[in-house]
Parts: sequence; structure tokens; C-alpha cells
Amino acid sequence: MSRIGVAFDKARADGRALLVGCMPAGFPTVEGSIAAMTAMVEAGVDVIEVEIPYSDPVMDGPVIQKASDIALAGGVRTADTLRIIEAVAATGAPVVTMTYWNPVERYGVDVFARDLAAAGGTGLITPDLIPDEADEWLAASDAHGLDRTFLVSPSSTDARLAMTVEHCRGFVYATAVMGVTGARARTSDAAPTLVSRVRAVTDLPVGVGLGVGTGAQAGTVAGYADGVIVGSALIRCLLDAPSEAEGLAALRTLSAELAEGVRNPTR
Amino acid sequence: MSADALAPLAGPQPDSAGHFGRFGGRFVPEALVAALDELDGAWRTAMADESFRAEFGGLLRDYAGTPSLLYEARRFSAKVGARVLLKREDLNHTGAHKVRNVLGQALLTKRMGKTRVIAETGAGQHGVATATAAALFDLECVVYMGQVDTERQALNVARMRMLGATVVPVTNGSRTLKDAMNEAMRDWVANVDETHYLIGTAAGPHPFPAMVRDFVRGIGDEARQQCLDLTGALPDAVTACVGGGSNALGIFHAFVGDGDVRLYGFEAGGDGVATGRHAASITGGSAGVLHGTRTYVLQDADGQTLESHSISAGLDYPGVGPEHAWLHDTGRASYLPVTDDEAMAAFELLCRTEGIIPAIESAHALAGTVTLAPKLAAELGREPTIVVNLSGRGDKDVHTAGDYFGILDKEQ
Repeated sequence: MSRIGVAFDKARADGRALLVGCMPAGFPTVEGSIAAMTAMVEAGVDVIEVEIPYSDPVMDGPVIQKASDIALAGGVRTADTLRIIEAVAATGAPVVTMTYWNPVERYGVDVFARDLAAAGGTGLITPDLIPDEADEWLAASDAHGLDRTFLVSPSSTDARLAMTVEHCRGFVYATAVMGVTGARARTSDAAPTLVSRVRAVTDLPVGVGLGVGTGAQAGTVAGYADGVIVGSALIRCLLDAPSEAEGLAALRTLSAELAEGVRNPTR
Repeated sequence: MSADALAPLAGPQPDSAGHFGRFGGRFVPEALVAALDELDGAWRTAMADESFRAEFGGLLRDYAGTPSLLYEARRFSAKVGARVLLKREDLNHTGAHKVRNVLGQALLTKRMGKTRVIAETGAGQHGVATATAAALFDLECVVYMGQVDTERQALNVARMRMLGATVVPVTNGSRTLKDAMNEAMRDWVANVDETHYLIGTAAGPHPFPAMVRDFVRGIGDEARQQCLDLTGALPDAVTACVGGGSNALGIFHAFVGDGDVRLYGFEAGGDGVATGRHAASITGGSAGVLHGTRTYVLQDADGQTLESHSISAGLDYPGVGPEHAWLHDTGRASYLPVTDDEAMAAFELLCRTEGIIPAIESAHALAGTVTLAPKLAAELGREPTIVVNLSGRGDKDVHTAGDYFGILDKEQ
């Protein structure tokens, strides 16, 4: 079983959901992102999702795009991302990488998989790569023992949902809303239905993302999902802060609130 | 325009998953797959439906004003050294070939029971065409446009608003066409139930490249017949400008099977491909994934999209339709860059010899033709016949061109 799978199992045994916190690599700087992700782990985030910044992130809302733009303007490269993953993996928390497909293809799919595995990454979440186009990634992830997380959506048909889940390893990412990333005032009504549809076809853990930003929302999602994925709200802590130190403090506070949320599922 | 413009897909490309060789396909969030499948189904069903074909053909004839003329540009020809025939898509309603595509997609939107269309636009031509079709079909219309482009194409922004569309200036990234396309994709992901994303070129995820090609392929079908009628033979070459590449595919498609007819796509070379400031995705780019499809892309060593540059907002895009990528790889079509200066020289030449102000996009095809003509003449040992797709008119570009030539009265 993959490291992510072990972490999900442990959380399940503890009667709680896993908290996944997302941060773009190199935001606000390479060292700053390592500090931020380390702070998140220390404050109770179970799994770190490192997003490779990309120039055209169509699945992301304004907060993640802004953070990615800052990282890219600072000159972050894919090689830096691998270095960041290595540093964060050293904290002991499982690290999963979220990436749009072109940076991987450009790096070389098999070479990227090899280097990601060597850096201690557990696998990839691919928002714009569906299994239909993923032959090369399926082979590379098999060759290097990496997890594959494809997305399922409220609009996925039963047949597509089953096919997509069949190709997943580690966990399944259920997008709670039809829309892009970004915290929302209320979580989705569609998400519980989607999670139960996934559960009907697999034993893999299900993480729910898009729209979660508070401890209470995390608790609500933890009531029906195995993992709660939070990005924009955590990133905003750093974007909105007047200084890096205050940003890290806000990040710790929100991380702890979310960690508390996933330990108190609303059922 | 006959209903034959919607004859079933010719040849083996794309395959059922939208691949043109190694290009094309779908690189999109799963949330969009259902909508793409729905569109694919609606399009295939519509193409097989006589009533749809008749309605589309009727709109093209009675509303858009096609078949467009094939005009022999004698004074331009004399300067160039070739018999140049202009496919006058600039005479279509809204002033470009794009009206063909939007009428087809608007009809499909209605068939799918959707009430809202969104579009991205660079020069504004596709935005105006979409706003026009939306007004005609009573659809809500939102057009995303890079903020930079809203400034250089203010007249077209006003046109869209007059037609009832909401124009949203996009302030992300380079604030041009690529970023407008990202914003439109995001809107679509969030509102896919009632919204059709009316993509303006033969790019994007399957089925857009093949579908858009089939809606505009009437350009080539008409031109091929008109050339035969006028000259008694097929042309030696067909030329068109290539940004995303819908006008080029539209005119190329009918000639792809005519092995003796050479196909030339002229890309926006900007300041020159060697300077890095250009929008020539095939000449100066590499294979990658952008906006839902695998194609040639301007990108850096890490796969980050590079900013494109062209004097023509309509060609200022760092990707190209996947079928062009395939036509390039197979050698069936040739793609060459044309600089801003070359395009503007040809722009001026057409204005002065024929009394026709072309879109700056189309001026790239004219400039490429100017360069091509003597080479082709030398090779063939006679004056060649070249069909040029004059894909749009230059009204929208008067400010840019006036600025370029220094003929705007700044005091007024």
C-alpha cells in the first residue's frame, strides 16, 4: 500500500478524516514555501499537496493563480519543485504533487516520475490529465511506484466515474463543486452524493476539494469524506499578510483550525 | 452555400477521440468531459440531420452573405508576379470568416437547449461574431477579452456591447487572448449546464478542432469551385494566415486531397522569430499541451507558456489548432513566419492597388504570398495562380494601422 494509503487508513482507524493542505511550490519564494509547508505540518496538516506553478492554470481560481504567478515571476523551476518536495517529505508528512500536464510532459514523463519518486513524492494529482490521455503516465507511475489521483466531478457519468477510479491509486479526488478552486461561503450539496457514488465502485479513500476554507466546513466534509483538501484559504494567509512572519502565524492558526475540524466530523 | 458544406468528416482525421496523429485529444478537467461528450454527440447528430444542414446553409446564404466572392486582384497581381485570387471572406456579415463558425455553434447551442454562450476574443472579431449570433438566437452572451486587447480594439468592444454582449476585460497573465481563453474555460467549468463555450478557432479540446473546421470548410469548398469556374484549373497554391488557424483550415480542407495544390500557412513572425517576440507557434514553438489540446506551443524549457507577440491581436496566441500541427508534421502544408513589417507592407499594398483594407491578420497571408510568388514562378516556369484567403476586413485595425504608418492626427 502507498504511503498515502497508510495515512488514510490510520486516520480512518482514528475515526477522522485526513487534512490535505495545498501550496504552490516557490510561493512566495523557494525557501518561503518550504517554511510554509513545514509550518502547516507542524500545525496539524496531515498531507502536503505541492502544486507545480503553471502559467495557465485553468482549474484554479484567482488566489492560486496569483500565488503561482508570484512563484513563476520569482523564477521557480520544475527542478526547484522537486527540491521543495524533498525538503517537505523530510518532515515525515506524505507529499503529493498537483500539476497541470504540460510541465511534466516537457520535463519528460518517465524522467519526471523517476525524479519525483527519488525526491520522496508519493504521486500526482492531475487536474487536466484524464485517464483517456494518460497512457504514458500510467506506465511511468507503474514503473516508479507512484500514486495516480485523477479527478471525478459531479458531472461524471457512472461509466466515466468507474473508469476513472479504476485508474486511480492512493486516493480519489472528488471535486465538490462545478467550478474552479477557491474558498466559498458554503460547501457543496453535490459533494456527498459524489462521494457515495465513488464509494459504490471502490475502496480507495476519497478526498474532497474545492471550496473548503474554515474548520467548520472541514468538519462538514469530514463527515462524509476520507480527506479534506484545502488550498486557496491557506494560500490567502500568506497573500494577505503584511509580513512573512505574520503570514506564517496566520497559516499556523488556520491549519490548526482545519486540523481540529477534520477531527470533529459533522455527521 | 450548399448543404454539402456539412458533409460527413472527410478522411481518417481526427480519430474518434479527436487525435490528429500525435496531436489533439482532450486535456481538460474531468468536469468538462460530459459537456464535451454532449457537444460531440450533438454535432455528429446535427451533421447527419438534413434539417440542420438546411438551416445552417440558409443562414450562411441569407444572413452571412455567402458564398463570398473569389475576386481576381489584377493590380495586386501585377505587383506580385502571380495571378492572385482573393477569397473575399471580408465581405461576410461581421466582416470575417468567423461568422460561419458562430452560426454553426449557435445553432448547436439551441439544439442542446443551452441559453448562454461565452467566448474569448483577441482582435474582437470572434467576439463581435458571437455577440451577433447570440442576438440573432436570443442567447445570453459573455465575451472574455484580455485587457490589453480591449484597449487596442476599443471599437470592437463597443460593437459587442451594442449587440447586447457583456465584455469582461481579463487582467490575469499577459492580459491577451491566451488569458481570455483561460477565463472562458473557468467560466465554462462553473456554468457548464446552461452554457456553451463558443470557441473561436479550430483549437481547444475535441470536438472543437474538427467541429470548427467543418463549420468553416465552406470557404475552401466555395473557393475550389470558383477557381475552377474562373480559371479552368485548380490553383497552384492556397495561402492563409494562421493564428489559431480556423480560416486557414477552412480554405485548406477542400484542397487537402489535391496533391498538386500547395498549402501555405503564414504565422505571425512579430519582430522576427529569432528575436523571440513573435506568435509563430509552429515555426518557433514545440509540441506541448495548451488549452485542452496537444499541439505546437510557445513554451520555455519547463513547459510554461511564453507570451506571444504580434501587431495583429487576432494572431497573438501562443498555440495553434492541432490539425495544423498534424498537417505540418505530415508535410502536407507548409508554415512560414511573416514579420509585422512585412505584413504591414502587404497591408498597404492591397489598400493602394485594390482599394481593399484587409484585416492585419489577412495581411500576413498577403505578405506571405508576395514572398512566395517569385519562388513559385521560378519553380513552375510560369506565372502561378494563388488563392489567398482574405479572411477579414481591416475596419477594426484602422487605429493600429494608422498608428503604424504615423497617419493618425494626434491633435484630434
